[in-house]
Amino acid sequence: MAARGKIKKTFTDPIGKNNPVFAQVLGICSTLAVTNKLENTVIMSLGVIFTTTLSGVTISALRKLIPGRVRMMAETLIIASFVIIVDITLRAYMPDVWQQLGPYVGLIITNCIIMGRAEAFAMNNSPGLSLIDGLSSGIGYTYVLIVIAFFRELMGTGELWGITILGDWWTNWAIMVMPPGAFFMLAIFVWVVKGVIIKEEEAAK
Amino acid sequence: MSESAYPIAIFFAAIFTNNILLSNYLGMCSFLSVSRELKTSLGLGIAVIFVMTSTSMLNWVVYYKILEPLGIEYLRFIVFIIVIAAFVQLVEMIIERVSEVLYAALGIFLPLITVNCAILGVSLFMVIRDYTFVESITFGLGSGIGWFLAIMAMAGIRQKLKRARIPHGLEGAGITLIITGMMALAFMGFSGMLQIG
Repeated sequence: MAARGKIKKTFTDPIGKNNPVFAQVLGICSTLAVTNKLENTVIMSLGVIFTTTLSGVTISALRKLIPGRVRMMAETLIIASFVIIVDITLRAYMPDVWQQLGPYVGLIITNCIIMGRAEAFAMNNSPGLSLIDGLSSGIGYTYVLIVIAFFRELMGTGELWGITILGDWWTNWAIMVMPPGAFFMLAIFVWVVKGVIIKEEEAAK
Repeated sequence: MSESAYPIAIFFAAIFTNNILLSNYLGMCSFLSVSRELKTSLGLGIAVIFVMTSTSMLNWVVYYKILEPLGIEYLRFIVFIIVIAAFVQLVEMIIERVSEVLYAALGIFLPLITVNCAILGVSLFMVIRDYTFVESITFGLGSGIGWFLAIMAMAGIRQKLKRARIPHGLEGAGITLIITGMMALAFMGFSGMLQIG
């Protein structure tokens, strides 16, 4: 039963309290940029989940073969290979989205979360567990971005996924689709989540 | 605008209107964690300016002289990151030999830079926007200075912030993000000045 408990913990930890985005505010670099539209965010997030999961498995499978000194370089190369797959796939099947995402797909490589999970988890655990860890880190990351993108697109343009939701009475908050809006939204999100965690901790005492 | 003035326009646009951090969100990770101290921000900022300018130059040569003629542009992610990592490693070794003082000041920041998204970002933007060689250099230099400016401003503000009373949940990352947002708002004031693609 211990093994099953570990699997469950591996899965729920990155989604809940140890979520990389609001616990450590990691990996927001590349993806914050795409949160002005829900559609782009979802596609970008799928790319991130794909990369975290598969790079976790690969690195974990190769962990005994990779010499310690070139560890970082080897991890980066493995991650970069998966990002290239995402990039060419997007370019082939969704050229419009690919155009809009621009350089940010490539920047998944330097996303600290993927690197962090590879270093902290995949290097010390079996491929199976790394798969679960990569998947849940990706999901934990994704839902934060989707929440942010939801509010940014809705308030900034009155639309969701390109469909008008709010009618003519709504005045668009242009600031929400511009860079400051992303910073403010993320700050508010972190504030709300931290507030809940602090309250829970106080209640536990 | 005349052809020869364009690199200069790119330089200023990269600092003010299209600041790599405040309008493209790149380099946030090290920005958030390092801006706590003014002195370390200075060191990292200078290292970023140097590495960004040099790697944008190197990557331009690699992309247009090697990858494009061979038709393997899709490998650019891997190649760029190798160039950046190798360059950083080389600089670290040279600095260690040449100057003890400089190594003590910048040495610890160099490994951090390899994973700084802004460095790779500059090289990728350069390719997407079809910059010429000179434009790439001014773009790299301008972006580096822009990043330096942003982290120095943030470090200065955070020094004062230590004495402020901040709501519990906003301590640390939260308040830093809000200030970054305000800085981005302030920098938007420049946006009428110049525009680059």
